[in-house]
Amino acid sequence: MDELPIQSGDDVVRVRQFVRNAAADNGLSLVDQTKLVTAASELARNTLVHGGGGTARVEVVKSANGRVGVKLYFTDEGPGIPDTELALTDGWSTGTGLGLGLSGARRLVDEFELASTPGTGTSVTVVKWSR
Amino acid sequence: MERVPILKIGQTLFVSIQIDLQDESVIRLQEDLADELVASGAHGVIIDITAVEIVDSFIGRMLTTIGSISRLFDAETVLVGMRPAVAITLTELGLSLNGVRTALNAEKGLEILNGKS
Repeated sequence: MDELPIQSGDDVVRVRQFVRNAAADNGLSLVDQTKLVTAASELARNTLVHGGGGTARVEVVKSANGRVGVKLYFTDEGPGIPDTELALTDGWSTGTGLGLGLSGARRLVDEFELASTPGTGTSVTVVKWSR
Repeated sequence: MERVPILKIGQTLFVSIQIDLQDESVIRLQEDLADELVASGAHGVIIDITAVEIVDSFIGRMLTTIGSISRLFDAETVLVGMRPAVAITLTELGLSLNGVRTALNAEKGLEILNGKS
C-alpha cells in the first residue's frame, strides 16, 4: 500500500498519475483506468479544497473470485460533511462547482463508501475491479 | 504551475493542452485566453485535448466557461480531439459540456470556424 500526501494542486496531479499507473499495471481497461483516475481527481480535489488537505492511499486488492482491483482511500481532518446522503445527490454543491464531484465519482467506480464526522474529518473509499 | 501556450494562426487562437492539467493551470488558461482574444480580435478558438487523459468536473466546467467567455468577445470555441475513454467517462460523470462545439480533430474544427460545415 502506498500513501501520498494531498497538500497542493501538484499533489492532486501526482495522485492521478500514481492511480493511472496502478490501474494500468493491474489489468484495468483503458476506459476503466480513465474512470478511476477521474474519480480520484474529484476525490483528491475534495480532500484538498474542502478537507484542507489530507492523504490518498492506493492498494491493490483481490476479490473472493480472484479478480484484481485498485482500492483508493482518501482521508482528511477537515470540517466534515453534516449530511452525507445529501452530499451524494447530483447538484449538491458548496458553491464552487457543479455539484458533480462526489456523486459523479460514485458513478465511475464499482464500490464507494463515504464516512464523515462533522468536526473530525471525512474519508472516502472506492474500488474499481478489473473485468 | 505550468502554463498552456496560446498560438494565433490567422483569425484563430489555437490551444493544444500537452500537460497534466492542474486546477490553477486551467484557471490561468481561461484568463490568458480572454486577454489574447481582446488583444488579437480573433474570431475562433480551437482547444485540442488529444493529449488530455482525463477531464473531471472542474476541468469540464472550465472548458464550458472558456466557451462562454469567448462568445462575449465574438469568438466561437471548438473543442477537438477528445479521447473515447474521456468521452465515456465525462458522460457517466454527468457532464454535457453544454455550449461548447466539438469536432473530431483540429482540421474539422477549423472547418467549423471557417463556416464550411
